[in-house]
Amino acid sequence: MAWPFLPSDPILSLRAIAVTRGGVPVLSDVSFDLGAGEAVILRGPNGSGKTTLLRTIARLQPPLSGEILGEVDDIAYAAHADGIKGALSVAENLRFWADVFGTGAIDAALSAFDLRGLRDRAAQHLSAGQKRRLGLARLLVTGRRIWALDEPTVSLDAASVALFADALQGHLTAGGAAIIATHIDLGFDARVIDVSAFRAVACDDFDGAFL
Amino acid sequence: MIRLVLRDLALAVRAGGGFGLGLAFFLIVVVLVPFALGPETTLLAVIAPGVLWLGALLACLLSLDRIFALDFEDGTLDLLACAPVPLEGVVAAKAAAHWITTGLPLTLAAPILGVLLNLPGPGFWWLVISLAIGTPALSMIGAFGAALTVGLRRGGLLLSLLVLPLYVPTLIFGAEVARRGAVAMTLEAPLLLLAGITLGVLALLPFAAAAALRINLR
Repeated sequence: MAWPFLPSDPILSLRAIAVTRGGVPVLSDVSFDLGAGEAVILRGPNGSGKTTLLRTIARLQPPLSGEILGEVDDIAYAAHADGIKGALSVAENLRFWADVFGTGAIDAALSAFDLRGLRDRAAQHLSAGQKRRLGLARLLVTGRRIWALDEPTVSLDAASVALFADALQGHLTAGGAAIIATHIDLGFDARVIDVSAFRAVACDDFDGAFL
Repeated sequence: MIRLVLRDLALAVRAGGGFGLGLAFFLIVVVLVPFALGPETTLLAVIAPGVLWLGALLACLLSLDRIFALDFEDGTLDLLACAPVPLEGVVAAKAAAHWITTGLPLTLAAPILGVLLNLPGPGFWWLVISLAIGTPALSMIGAFGAALTVGLRRGGLLLSLLVLPLYVPTLIFGAEVARRGAVAMTLEAPLLLLAGITLGVLALLPFAAAAALRINLR
């Protein structure tokens, strides 16, 4: 992919974004820049709008106002649900996504999340933590520059969190970037943004909920 | 997109029931009709094309709600929406996979079941042709209905109500082709209309279904 920005330029910019969930504005006036090699951690209590903000950044829903600058095809989104098909094996699940994203190779991703020994196991027989590792390994086969991750470490043990931190560090070193909603400390320096500072004021726009 | 079709086919084969459900339903309907109506071969020969078409349509309807519901529940649909495949392409691939697992087996099984209904000789050929042309429209319309109802719990009832009226033109012209074929009448007009409906549906509905999916994913 062509590199449309200088390394010092942000690869993703949020300008005064307001997001809604179920027709109710939850965050307003969110602005930040994300540069290559940078990670941003979103914090905030449950229901404060972290997931909604990530879905908006992934263009799964439009912002209520404001604009997002950056390539749409730069973002890999990982949510609470991993999108794993139980009837397929670990390798087949991963290869499907590698083919969809046009990258092809899955071995590096399997190694990075210690899934080699499980590659022919049907995904329905994996534990919750193993499924999560498979879901995270999917990020490596997307070849996308910006990872938008929603609670990536849920149900991971300490060793797996370390694997994830290593993979993330490698991604950042290679010029990638990440926006992560998490409650735990991943063990490296990252800019922390507390979304509760952007809480939207209750809005009286009655028609807005229907549009 | 081809990858998505292959994955859906693999899932249908391994999970079981993917190919079997619609086919078994079709078989049951067609086998039971002669028992219900009595063994009058002349009557059966008259109603055979209509019964076969109706059975195929209802069998198609059975598996519609699974087109997007499973992918929606496990988060795959969110991830596909972010993937470099356009959502219109995802819809087309899902409809194609549905047709291969439902419409195609129904089309191939129809002539065998036609024997049970004493379908007249010349009708077999036209029955298969009309089903081969008509069932892709059933899958595509069904994918559109499934896209509209994807976020709903127990959306199956609403899906049936939405989809059935849209199925009527295909049923009318499809059954008409099969009926005229069975009595060796000219059938260009209904055949062309059936093909026209299918082509129009295949051209337009992927875009409508993708728009519905985008709204449901918000």
